[in-house]
Amino acid sequence: MDTLTDRPTAGAHLPVASHPRNPGIPLDLDWVASAAANTSAIERRAASLPGRRSVKKDWQAAWLLKAITLIDLTTLSGDDTPGRVRRLCAKARRPVAPALLDALGMPGITVGAVCVYHEMVETAVRALEGSGIPVAAVSTGFPAGLSPFRLRIAEIGESVAAGAAEIDIVISRRHALTGDWRALYDEVAEMRAACGPAHMKAILATGELGTLRNVARASLVCMMAGADFIKTSTGKEGVNATLPVSLVMIRAIRDYLDRTGHRVGYKPAGGISKAKDALLYLALMRDELGLPWCQPDLFRFGASSLLGDIERQIEHHVTGRYSAAFRHPMG
Amino acid sequence: MTIRDIFDTLDYGPAPESADQAMAWLDRHGRRFGHWIEGRFTPADGAAFETRNPATGQVLAACRQGDHADVDAAVRAAARAQKAWGATAGHDRARVLYALGRLVQKHSRLFAVLETLDTGKPIRESRDIDVPLVARHFGYYAGIAELIEAEMPGTAPVGVCAAVIPWNFPLLMLAWKVAPALAAGCTVVLKPAEYTPLTALLFAEISREAGLPKGVLNIVTGDGATGAALVAHPGPAKVAFTGSTEVGRAIRAATAGTGKGLTLELGGKSPYIVFDDADLDSAVEGLVDAIWFNQGQVCCAGSRLLVQEGVADRFHAKVRRRMSVLRVGDPLDKCIDVGAIVDRVQRDRIAAMVGACTGDVWRSPAPLPAGGCFYPPTLITGLAPADPLMQEEIFGPVLVSCTFRTPDEAVQLANNTRYGLAATVWTENVNLALDIAPKLRAGVVWVNAANLFDAAAGFGGLRESGFGREGGWEGIVPWRRPAAAAARAARAVAPVPAPADPIVEGIDRTAKLHIGGRQVRPDGGHSRAVWSPRGHLLGHAGIGNRKDIRNAVEAAQAAQKGWARATAWNRAQVLYYLAENLSARAAEFAARLRGMTGRPGEGEVQAAIRTLFRAAAWADKWEGRVKPVPIRGVALAMPEPQGVIGIVTPDDQPLLGLIALAAPAVALGNAVVAVPSRAFPLAATDFYQVIDTSDVPGGVVNIVTGDAADLGAALAGHMDVEAVWAFGPPALCAMVEGQSVSNLKRTWVSDRAIDWAAHDLRETLARASEIKTVWVPYGE
Repeated sequence: MDTLTDRPTAGAHLPVASHPRNPGIPLDLDWVASAAANTSAIERRAASLPGRRSVKKDWQAAWLLKAITLIDLTTLSGDDTPGRVRRLCAKARRPVAPALLDALGMPGITVGAVCVYHEMVETAVRALEGSGIPVAAVSTGFPAGLSPFRLRIAEIGESVAAGAAEIDIVISRRHALTGDWRALYDEVAEMRAACGPAHMKAILATGELGTLRNVARASLVCMMAGADFIKTSTGKEGVNATLPVSLVMIRAIRDYLDRTGHRVGYKPAGGISKAKDALLYLALMRDELGLPWCQPDLFRFGASSLLGDIERQIEHHVTGRYSAAFRHPMG
Repeated sequence: MTIRDIFDTLDYGPAPESADQAMAWLDRHGRRFGHWIEGRFTPADGAAFETRNPATGQVLAACRQGDHADVDAAVRAAARAQKAWGATAGHDRARVLYALGRLVQKHSRLFAVLETLDTGKPIRESRDIDVPLVARHFGYYAGIAELIEAEMPGTAPVGVCAAVIPWNFPLLMLAWKVAPALAAGCTVVLKPAEYTPLTALLFAEISREAGLPKGVLNIVTGDGATGAALVAHPGPAKVAFTGSTEVGRAIRAATAGTGKGLTLELGGKSPYIVFDDADLDSAVEGLVDAIWFNQGQVCCAGSRLLVQEGVADRFHAKVRRRMSVLRVGDPLDKCIDVGAIVDRVQRDRIAAMVGACTGDVWRSPAPLPAGGCFYPPTLITGLAPADPLMQEEIFGPVLVSCTFRTPDEAVQLANNTRYGLAATVWTENVNLALDIAPKLRAGVVWVNAANLFDAAAGFGGLRESGFGREGGWEGIVPWRRPAAAAARAARAVAPVPAPADPIVEGIDRTAKLHIGGRQVRPDGGHSRAVWSPRGHLLGHAGIGNRKDIRNAVEAAQAAQKGWARATAWNRAQVLYYLAENLSARAAEFAARLRGMTGRPGEGEVQAAIRTLFRAAAWADKWEGRVKPVPIRGVALAMPEPQGVIGIVTPDDQPLLGLIALAAPAVALGNAVVAVPSRAFPLAATDFYQVIDTSDVPGGVVNIVTGDAADLGAALAGHMDVEAVWAFGPPALCAMVEGQSVSNLKRTWVSDRAIDWAAHDLRETLARASEIKTVWVPYGE
């Protein structure tokens, strides 16, 4: 339990973890098979969470600033261009108007990372040069993960070579859906190897796994195979990050920590667009895993529109007046 | 603390709900309240007590200490209002109840804040759980009021009712009493707990806006003495109590023999069973809802953790981790999990109980606020059933734990308690869950959940957790009575005295007791001659004693579980077989009845045969319900047999009286110990020969002849008898009710002349069974 009450890590943007990476463990099928997830109970817990946790005033402002440092600012569109990506990177460097940050005594806040397709990695790396903000690349035939396996592995290598510090891989949903955990383990382990020094986030595409039990099992298998992060969604599934899914994955992370001592990060992605949601997720991480999981090396939001709502809430905090979207520079 | 500090620590900071409106309401009343009688507050001056905010010690207001005169005034007001309210059309009562529910919603925040101020419970709970359930309860019973005339023909309101409620859910318990009472057409005098009278007074004030006629709801504040005065007042026809088993027992004793209806919802030590295949993290979260809800001051709190040995260490570690992040503090803070204990007295009581315990005590390290009545969430492991804390209700945020090995052992441990309110089962195995749920002696079972409530689902206990159900259709029953005028008092029937010139013919014939399927001589070795009115010696009946009752109850307990497991159709067949064999000997039984009573017996024998058929018919048709509760899942209302029922049968229909009571009981899986008519015992003793030839398993029906008062007292006082029914003179009824306090068994007594040929078997079936509500949320 000591690991849950560690001091927070200091830096706001951390491509480098302050703890040893998860080396993975041999596949433990008994453990995987024993994973349980009671859907109704998990939904009740998730439903009561907003009523149980509330942060107000200065505390809310501080929490929202923290949330900004945890955002993987993302663009994953077919019409992405270098210009669009450079604009996003500018926003990543300066996510909130400096006057507002100065008013809060918190200058220099940046987002956690910028997340793009492979083709945009070089552009993003150049645009973020000197900022310390890492570039994450979605990889392995994102979002479906159904291109030839050797190409998916090769894609990781190319993105790392292009400067991506983090690789968001997608798992083969079919392995989870058919219960072929060995195949999933082997696939993820090989991808992890291909990542080399880059941190690997394993996207489970939870909206396509059918049951929370499958989410629990897939989470365990990905961690056993060496994932640095487990991530809910590509953002392209019908259902993306939800609180029930998050509870299941967070509990899996905790069980993995308890049994192996290895820390794995969590990234909910897709569907988190309100400041209030971000506070809720932070409270969930704080209560379920502790402060280390409220830092960018162990927690990220995969989000594109969340930042805009947070900016408005921060301006409201500073001025006492409700804000408008157009007052904040777009990304 | 700067924003940069908070950025690093992610402290929660304060998130207080405003108390301004509630304080303004208290101020408008000068912080002094009278009683609410006849639609207005009585003068606030006079003997008073202070009610405090337990989180701060701050005095909130002074309320009147009600005395006999206050109680009397309130009961009189209720009595004056009763006739018109009872005669009000169900639809019009429904309108009032609907308005009451809506008013609670419209003033929901005021109610929630006031409740939190007065009780110390977190605002999340009063806001998200208590107050919405209150509104839901009035809404639900508005519907019952609307339907009552059509759905409950032949019934009428009980009349003036007395309600005494506890401090843990002041407004919700008010709703649980007042909503069904008003729906049924009863008027009410309610005494809230002295720690927490305020929301009841606010409710009363607001009830004016619902068009509730004056005097229909009256509230008298005060302490236990006020409650005792209300219970003892001759006016109310029924008493409804929620509170401690100790006080419930005193109320049972005080109302014995008064003819008042009584429902009791009392304490518990509810088991929380975690099997090794459960979703352990969800089971931990369930515990937060079970034992750290309302600081554990919940009668149905899952306070006794039973965890399968193989996962116990892991589970306890998870529980401790979760406990360490429970936030204890200002109940008005929206980010608090555990609030204040209601009063210093209670907090000290909890501390004393935990202090005296020998287990491994682990307290949450979460900081406690300075001042105020706070107690940390506590887990005590390494206990055995023999430890007092595994048996006694702590009524605080203290979880005790012990391990089990097998499902059977889990059930044994779970049922190893004097209480029987609620139980929780965690397993991912539907076979296991649905096997265990019926085996748990509890009125409510939650599968993979805890503390789910809804107005549509019955709630109430077994054993010393009380009797009666609140919620659902079953919850309206105690507030209604048969509309027909009460029957005349039963005439006393004395045994025919020994004649001056006895006529003794034939071979000597000795009736024995029938215990455990065998004919046995009475333990005391005494018998009594039974004479016909014409002076014939009809035979001898044994005079049973306490030991015979003891033996009969043992035999009945041994037989009952197997009998309840037999299929309903199997039980029906046995009853049909009894009818068949009785029919074959109908002439003999008719002659026996004529011999004893001097009256023709054919009609009674035929009625007995018909009753056996009816009981057989009902055996596989006494169905449960599926309640439309607001979860994805089902709440099953399952009728279950009481267990062993002691029956002191009426005198005047010596065969039919026995069969009309025993057959429905047996049909539903109970075992009975019957004390036959004292005057005319031989029809019953003849009947055991029919029993012996009809495949009735030994011990299912036991017959002990003898003195009704002696045997009735032994049955009513016996701790292993779940229910006792007695039909006879008022002194017998009073004695049975009085003795039943031993284990708070269900009683059914009457000194009226009931024609058992015309009696509705459904009443007997209802009394022979108890509704268990099994909540089964589902979803994968």
